[in-house]
Amino acid sequence: MSGGIKAKHQRLVLVLIALAALIGAGLLAAWALRSQASYFYLPSEMAARPPASDRAVRLGGMVEQGSLKTMPDGVTITFMVSDDKGRVPVRFSGIVPDLFKEGSGVVAEGKRAADGTFVAGNLLAKHDEKYVPREMKDMTDSQAHKTGENVQ
Amino acid sequence: MIATLGLAALWLAAALAVLQLVGAIVTLRRADNPLGAVVRSVAAVQGGLVAVSFACLIWVFLETDLSVKLVSENSHSLKPLLFKFAATWGNHEGSMLLWVSIMALGGACVALFERRLSEPAMLATLAAQAFVSIGFYAFLLIASNPFARLDPVPAEGRGLNPLLQDTGLAFHPPTLYIGYVGLSIAFSFAVGALITREVSPAFARAMRPWVLGAWIFLTLGIVAGSYWAYYTLGWGGWWFWDPVENASLMPWLAATALLHSVSVLAARNALRAWTVMLGVIAFSMSMVGTFLVRSGVLVSVHAFAVDPLRGQFILALLAINIGAALTVFALRAASISEGERFALASRETALVFNNVMLSGILGIVLVGTLYPLLAEAMGARVSVGPPYFNAASAIFAVPMLLVLCVGPLLGWRRDRLSRLTWKLWLPLAAAISAAAIALTQGVSVLSALGLGLGAALIPASMLPLVGRNLRTAKLPLWGMVTAHLGVGLALIGMASDSAFTREKLIAINVGQTVAVGPWQIKLARIAPVAGPNWTALEAGIEASYDGATPIKLAPQDRAFWAPPQQVNHSALSTRWNGQLYVVLGQQAEDGRWQLRLWWKPFVILIWLGGLMVALGGLLALLGRVASDLRRTIAIDKIAFRRKKQGR
Repeated sequence: MSGGIKAKHQRLVLVLIALAALIGAGLLAAWALRSQASYFYLPSEMAARPPASDRAVRLGGMVEQGSLKTMPDGVTITFMVSDDKGRVPVRFSGIVPDLFKEGSGVVAEGKRAADGTFVAGNLLAKHDEKYVPREMKDMTDSQAHKTGENVQ
Repeated sequence: MIATLGLAALWLAAALAVLQLVGAIVTLRRADNPLGAVVRSVAAVQGGLVAVSFACLIWVFLETDLSVKLVSENSHSLKPLLFKFAATWGNHEGSMLLWVSIMALGGACVALFERRLSEPAMLATLAAQAFVSIGFYAFLLIASNPFARLDPVPAEGRGLNPLLQDTGLAFHPPTLYIGYVGLSIAFSFAVGALITREVSPAFARAMRPWVLGAWIFLTLGIVAGSYWAYYTLGWGGWWFWDPVENASLMPWLAATALLHSVSVLAARNALRAWTVMLGVIAFSMSMVGTFLVRSGVLVSVHAFAVDPLRGQFILALLAINIGAALTVFALRAASISEGERFALASRETALVFNNVMLSGILGIVLVGTLYPLLAEAMGARVSVGPPYFNAASAIFAVPMLLVLCVGPLLGWRRDRLSRLTWKLWLPLAAAISAAAIALTQGVSVLSALGLGLGAALIPASMLPLVGRNLRTAKLPLWGMVTAHLGVGLALIGMASDSAFTREKLIAINVGQTVAVGPWQIKLARIAPVAGPNWTALEAGIEASYDGATPIKLAPQDRAFWAPPQQVNHSALSTRWNGQLYVVLGQQAEDGRWQLRLWWKPFVILIWLGGLMVALGGLLALLGRVASDLRRTIAIDKIAFRRKKQGR
């Protein structure tokens, strides 16, 4: 703007800079989203295409009936998360959400350990009767029961 | 009776909005039209009527009038009075009535108090405000009537979602809405200026207080919402990049950019088209946010009712309003002449940089929020989470914060960077030492960067005061310094929370003690307690900081019975240097109790910094309003004297 560029082109230069920044933001977003695109996994997908062990992903499914166990430390639980085609063991240390229980849906945030266990840092269960994590909207209770029965 | 009155007032207000729009348009076409004289009064009366309607809704909630459908679905006679009151907007219909009330009252305030705008610009602004309002009146009256009745009247109400039964409900939604909807005034000003071709520094000075006002409330609403989520969800986090949070962040980013560009237009008559565009974008983001939150596209505690008709209605309103505004912009953009020029090293360049970076963050957040919805519409299931938002927004935020250290020191139009070098050694030294100390403590690079930037911002934000007579320094200058200082403090709070938090998750017996950070935490007892509409198990915690006398905390696990739901109630203890956060979990089979403990050094700075940002806005607003008042009084005096002389 000062120096080489003629002052009368200033508006054009400003518009171009703004455009370049916004296109940059768009490309950056697209690039970042491409590597994030499979951030959400169903149990069957996780078994078929396991994510790298250092990547934080979400695993969503139903907590299998009878799979919930508490470890001796009193704060670590293990359970199986399943859909109609696969199941993944999950380990979680923490205070479980109030509406977390066997046979209902859950989204676990965490990483996949080398032995295939999903180590969750956070569990998203229903906030209230009306709340379902967005990824699980199409998993109905009937599906949950079916999943539970299949296992039993 | 009261409900009927409220509904009648609402219909009448909607009719007045139509009259306001028609009156303003015909007067714009023919200045001598008699309707022109009443447009301002119509806007004022419309505001009054909606206020009456909203008061009626509060009334039926306080009375728990169960013949009103909304009350019976969202309230309960046994609920504490505060939550009966706040439940008024703790539901879809009530929150939309709150939206319309703020919009109408905002329009009334503009009609009554705005004196800088020319008469045509005022008419065009009130026309735009009426145009937007009519859409929302239609939405309210057709698809979300808050006063719908029930017959037969149920014996008892269903109660309010226990997660919402918190003092936060009394503050967070109204403040956020005043901010959201207050931006509609900036939108109407921008459209009005485009229609009358009056994009000028005078227009910017007229618009600035309204933008500031909305922005202050938006900031407060976001701060309140963040703190509410922090203490109520029991996760110890303060920002989750949840779509509903992003819905409030996007208008804030646009409004922050607008706030800075409007001061360039006011002071230097530059960034003319861009400022008008931002005025349109800011309120568009409010409407996008409302669509995301209220349409049922996202399912969350904020989406009260899932009704596809409502989603389509809001989407149509969104398309009509944004489409109309952008059309006016496209038609008039060419006629907005280019503003004053400026050199590369100037205050203007720094503010342009701020605007571009804020727009970049806005783009990142918008794409990250909408992409999963679009992907889902095409059959793919995708989550976008913190890893994306943190990294992508930092790419824009870090350069912006660096320039923030320098920008306020630069002069308008043309300056020399070499003039500043001697001033910048203190922020630079602070940044390097803070980051270096943090890194030796084994802190992550991103946290160290945040601490360094925050440490630089604190002295840098105060540099504009150096060499000034502090007694004569104007309020807007103090406001800017306070707000930028708040940004620095909030940044330190965020970085400190992620770098130094100590967490302990444990199951212990009553009587046992556990250490977290410098604290010794003893679980003294577990006892049942009862509230007005819940029972709970309460832990008696005795917490001692560094061997000092123990303080008592009482986290609870509450069971509400209307509607039946478990809610965890955490306990917090705040010291000058951090916050202790205690959550009571469940009882293990062997009788031990789960406790989750956090020691979070300086976490409170996040919200204190946020409050300072809002306070800075308030100081600037007071300064602007005071000087406007002085100007108005002076003009009146001159007019009075002329009249006297003329006689």
